[in-house]
Amino acid sequence: MKKFGTLMLAAAALALGMGAATAAETTIRIATEGAYPPFNQKNADGTLSGFDVDIANALCEKMKAKCTIVAQDWDGIIPGLLAKKYDAIVASMSITEERKKTIDFSDKYYNTPARFAVGKTSGITDVSPEGMKGKTIGAQSSTIHANYLEAKYKGTATIKLYATIDEANADLAAGRIDAHLADSIVELAFLDGKDGGCCAFAGPDFKDPAFFGDGVGVGLRKEDGKLKAEINAAIKAILADGTYKKLNDKYFPFSIY
Amino acid sequence: MWELLSFGDKGWGDDLALGAILTLQLAFASLGLGLVFGLATAGMKLSGNRVLLGLANGFTTAIRGIPDLLTLFLIYFGSQFAIQTLLSLFGYEGQVEVNGFWAGVLALSLVFGGYSSEVFRGAFLAIPKGQIEAAKAVGMPPALIFRRVLLPQVWRYALPGLGNLWLSLIKDTSLISVIALDELLRKTFIAVGITKEPFLFYGIACLIYLAITTVSTGVIMRLEAWSERGVRRA
Amino acid sequence: MEDYLAMLADLAVRYGPRLLGGVVVTLQLVGISLALGGMMSVPLALARLSRNPVLRLPAFAYVFFFRGTPLLAQIYLIYYGSGQFRAAFEQAGLWWFFRDAWYCALLAFTLNTGAYTAEIVRGGIQGVPLGDIEAARACGMSGFTLYRRIILPTAYRIALPAYGNEIILMVKSSSIASIITIFDLMGETKLAFSRSFRLEVYLMAAALYLVITLSFEWVWARLERWLNPQREAPDLKAPDLQPPAALVEPQRQ
Repeated sequence: MKKFGTLMLAAAALALGMGAATAAETTIRIATEGAYPPFNQKNADGTLSGFDVDIANALCEKMKAKCTIVAQDWDGIIPGLLAKKYDAIVASMSITEERKKTIDFSDKYYNTPARFAVGKTSGITDVSPEGMKGKTIGAQSSTIHANYLEAKYKGTATIKLYATIDEANADLAAGRIDAHLADSIVELAFLDGKDGGCCAFAGPDFKDPAFFGDGVGVGLRKEDGKLKAEINAAIKAILADGTYKKLNDKYFPFSIY
Repeated sequence: MWELLSFGDKGWGDDLALGAILTLQLAFASLGLGLVFGLATAGMKLSGNRVLLGLANGFTTAIRGIPDLLTLFLIYFGSQFAIQTLLSLFGYEGQVEVNGFWAGVLALSLVFGGYSSEVFRGAFLAIPKGQIEAAKAVGMPPALIFRRVLLPQVWRYALPGLGNLWLSLIKDTSLISVIALDELLRKTFIAVGITKEPFLFYGIACLIYLAITTVSTGVIMRLEAWSERGVRRA
Repeated sequence: MEDYLAMLADLAVRYGPRLLGGVVVTLQLVGISLALGGMMSVPLALARLSRNPVLRLPAFAYVFFFRGTPLLAQIYLIYYGSGQFRAAFEQAGLWWFFRDAWYCALLAFTLNTGAYTAEIVRGGIQGVPLGDIEAARACGMSGFTLYRRIILPTAYRIALPAYGNEIILMVKSSSIASIITIFDLMGETKLAFSRSFRLEVYLMAAALYLVITLSFEWVWARLERWLNPQREAPDLKAPDLQPPAALVEPQRQ
């Protein structure tokens, strides 16, 4: 039976031209979004870079593991992990109770608050659900920010969800949405950029752990306890030996841990 | 503007070219596999076996009724799961990876196969019955009839339909951009994200698609003319 | 097994109503764009067949562009491209239109189906038997009357099957609207999938799309039978259709 199975596998692999990777190798396949600057982004030459990518590489170095990093769209990033397309998500994913029902997380490797960016002509000063009455507000879909909007603003404002942060920001700049709830660091990068003049931060930082979780961790399958332990140890190690601080300072003038 | 489109570190010309090449690779791979699916499905429809006919008709109906985008998502997320489950039935627990390229090709070729099966069916039926009877009369076995009599002529009847399907296939490759494969439209998307010049880049992408479809149309017309050679014109 | 059924029921209860709401959005988008595209198609087809190059060339370029490029690229071009020229559109008083993703999708779909339908109509017009037109001219019909009474009615009948296909293709392509934040059936499905991680929601959506397209095909087949009775294969076993023997075997003198 085993032999027949292997034969079938070979036939299937041949027929579909799939790359069949066996579990024997210690390659860890890591997914990131590649559209979330400055944390992860795809460059003109097709390579991936950003804080998440640097962290992933630093963790792999500590674990003495061979890693490959692939880009995966945000909407499909958890399904892809569950489907074993890769073994870990290092893509600025917040550790929330809702996600923990499906996947597991390492310890956090950074934690930044969420904040609204609003169009300067939108007239928004109060970002509470009442203050946003009748406005159109956006967030990236399948994020803590989207969940928060759906939970708190659904009755009062029109909510639009975007596949990437870039599309949401483009629509904010174009005035198609009046406000965009996103990670404050990501929005800061946008507001400082070419099209950022349109818009400004408004309202307070959002930190409610019930929605925004306890920081950002590495997403893992629930059954991969061993990998989780190794990654947690590696996070501790890069925090202790100054690698983390070096990476932090490369991107941000303040600590985001 | 010209700097943005130049080849090299600062420009996106080379990236768009790479994307266009991947688009063509996707299209040709899907064409190859899709023709196999299409011929097989047409064979099932013409086999005279009611179970096979039912299966083939069900397949065509599903492909004609379900959005290609949805087929793509189903294959992308479902094929991995299906193959993994299948393999674990045979006792294999290792990891198999269906990458974006092959998931995309599989989805597009299923779509191409579903539609082209109808084209092939029509083409087989268009071959005059008398020829098959004559072939039988000189003692040709069915396989030989298929190879010597049917196959050489089916192409001629099927070419116009297949040409249209090929043009849709090229345009359909753009859907694969949504599963993070860096084909032409996806590369354009990335360029827009960085340069913030959507009109310029989407416009250029449209022109590249237009160039591909125009060249294709020309080639199809030549092929049709070639396939008609030796056929008496009214 | 029972667990699985319970899970399916739970999915249907939780996301079913939203998916059905998505069906409504999909049908609205497709219905309106087909109506508008259909209206564009006849003048466009006539311009395409015109001997005057001022009419023919722009119509040709339009059809060529929209049939030669992917709808997804067209929708990106219209939606994100227009966002780049916000100031100009505001000045022209058109921004309210381009601001709304729904209108942008509607515009892209209308322009797209208008181009395809124009080609179908053109095929229909060119398929009108020359004898019909000659006969009408001999009766003294010309210009507008000729088109209204003879050419267009025949052309529509010829174009009917191809147009049925175009409508189904439009229902299928409309799923692309989900990519620019519209919660049509596909948009709701993607949202449901990203929350539940269950592939079954995609299967549910596939079933809904199939219901739409199959019921439409059923309606269209009846319409075709009603408008084109002569195209149906005659039932030779029916007694009144048996040709008299004299006609079957021509009598020899």
